[in-house]
Amino acid sequence: MTDAAQTRPDPQQDPVLDIRGVTHDFAGRRSMFGRQPSIRAVDDVSFRIDKGDVLGIVGESGSGKTTLSKIMLGLIRPSQGEVLLHGKPVADLGRAEIARHVQFIFQDPYSSLNPRHRVGALIAQPMALRGIGTAAEREARAREMLDVVGLPARMFDAYPNQMSGGQRQRVAIARALTRRPEILICDEPTSALDVSIQAQVLNLLLELRKEFGLTYVIVSHNISVIRHMTTRVGVMYLGRMVEMNRAEALFARAEHPYTQVLLDSALSVAPDAGIPDLQLTPEFREQLRRHPAALHG
Amino acid sequence: MLLDVQDMNVHIKTEEGDLHAVQNLSFSVDQGETLCIVGESGCGKSITALSLMGLLPKAARRSATTLRFDTLDLQRLSSSEARALRGGRMGMIFQEPMTALNPVLTVGRQMTDVLRAHRKVSRKAAEARAIEMLERVGIGNAAHRLKQYPHELSGGLRQRVVIAMALMSEPEVIIADEPTTALDVTIQAELLRLLADLQKSMGLALIMITHDLGLVSRIADRVLVMYAGQAIEYAPAREFFARPTHPYTKGLLDSVPHDGQPRMEPLPAIPGTVPSLVGEIPGCHFRDRCLYAAEACGTRQPLAPWRPDHLVRCGRLADLDANGWRKTA
Repeated sequence: MTDAAQTRPDPQQDPVLDIRGVTHDFAGRRSMFGRQPSIRAVDDVSFRIDKGDVLGIVGESGSGKTTLSKIMLGLIRPSQGEVLLHGKPVADLGRAEIARHVQFIFQDPYSSLNPRHRVGALIAQPMALRGIGTAAEREARAREMLDVVGLPARMFDAYPNQMSGGQRQRVAIARALTRRPEILICDEPTSALDVSIQAQVLNLLLELRKEFGLTYVIVSHNISVIRHMTTRVGVMYLGRMVEMNRAEALFARAEHPYTQVLLDSALSVAPDAGIPDLQLTPEFREQLRRHPAALHG
Repeated sequence: MLLDVQDMNVHIKTEEGDLHAVQNLSFSVDQGETLCIVGESGCGKSITALSLMGLLPKAARRSATTLRFDTLDLQRLSSSEARALRGGRMGMIFQEPMTALNPVLTVGRQMTDVLRAHRKVSRKAAEARAIEMLERVGIGNAAHRLKQYPHELSGGLRQRVVIAMALMSEPEVIIADEPTTALDVTIQAELLRLLADLQKSMGLALIMITHDLGLVSRIADRVLVMYAGQAIEYAPAREFFARPTHPYTKGLLDSVPHDGQPRMEPLPAIPGTVPSLVGEIPGCHFRDRCLYAAEACGTRQPLAPWRPDHLVRCGRLADLDANGWRKTA
């Protein structure tokens, strides 16, 4: 009991994001026999994100983690519940207002960057779209951001296809941070990158967090990345948040059996350990679905 | 020796020029053995797999002093012989199961076609074999699955079907190129366990192409690390993980977040990026990213023995002591 109380975020502090009872259903497809049943992608999820948190959200495909991050970004309005940004319902805020506080980067930086624009223009684009500053000021800011994310100045005039995957992800990060948001939501930020490049990008994210006091939400299926990068972790299974805890506590002792399954399935370097037998029978999956959630903040 | 590759080179014509994708590559695989070929994108591992299966793109040219599967010289096969080998004695599994499956044919039709292309068997017998193989890879209600189309199956099930398909003609070797990378971690673990079990029980040789050293540590008998077109380290798995030696190999192992590393602290990343393989690179390919680079690294390095059965391509091999790299590098 006391342990649980200690792991809760500080109630005195005003959360940056407050997710309250969020449920989201995707409407079923219409066919000539009527509408198919809707799909519950996110099922009654509540948590808060405090300044400086790095919240990891793990789960399999279809667990609702990406839908949840889109709801946090205000891109999807949930069927039920609400998201508060500094106490104000996101539903009442305009895109511009949300974007000032919350930004995002995606898995594949190539698909999120227009290939016909030069890097400098890509970084300045969010400012240009909102009519912030003069062209000269925007260019200066873009050059500054290029340096912040560790790209050489000459890349200002490069096109995305002249860059490696890691460099493109740096451009995406620079672009997301031009207006100094508080929260950066990273959806599988290194999944498309090679291992040796993944470490470079993770290091950059850690460095930027220190420098700018950023708050991150990192959505990933990669347990080792989540373990390394987060202060708190939420585990999603079939739309539900089945476990949430401080990262150290969760990795030291998983309380929900599904969390344990996920930890077991991560193949760390362990010669002779073999491949774990998860025994994910339909009966066990049903048990996992029914098992009560273990939520500590 | 089931598969023997000596001094294989693959060149690919590109708009920028001649790309030397695989350079002087040698390795061999015994019956029932698992060889893992490890590397990052562009290292030549997938081109190596395609070359073994005779599926290189048209723009590629290949040469080798030896390229032998059992008694067959792979360089002298006619295209029909090569076709008979693929899906016959040599099975393959790719990363994305949909590339291996025809979306407009049922699972049953595709599985029986594979077998009937290689053997004279009745459709009924082929179907019985398909059901047997689907059950073998843990697919329940196999008779029903035969009637389904690939899009009606989940990603994990599809990959099981691809494995079952590869097993139809009792292959002696399976070449798997990142077979589980696109799948969820739990499905990945289940499929790898299945592959490892099948490999043991059927005495298959398995060539696993992957970037994942964690996975390699769990299943490999031998490990071959490739970097920028070349083999840079080659050893039995036990020896490899006890003494990972090439600076690139060590860098890869260190840069993946793992237990024992302080959380939320910078990872020991490998600086820089992979060099272009268009045109000749003088000396060591890893030199520009290497913490230990020295004068000697400017010249071409052979893949040389550093311990018994442990080969490393490194210009500073002579400076290594028995415990690996010395800090005084």
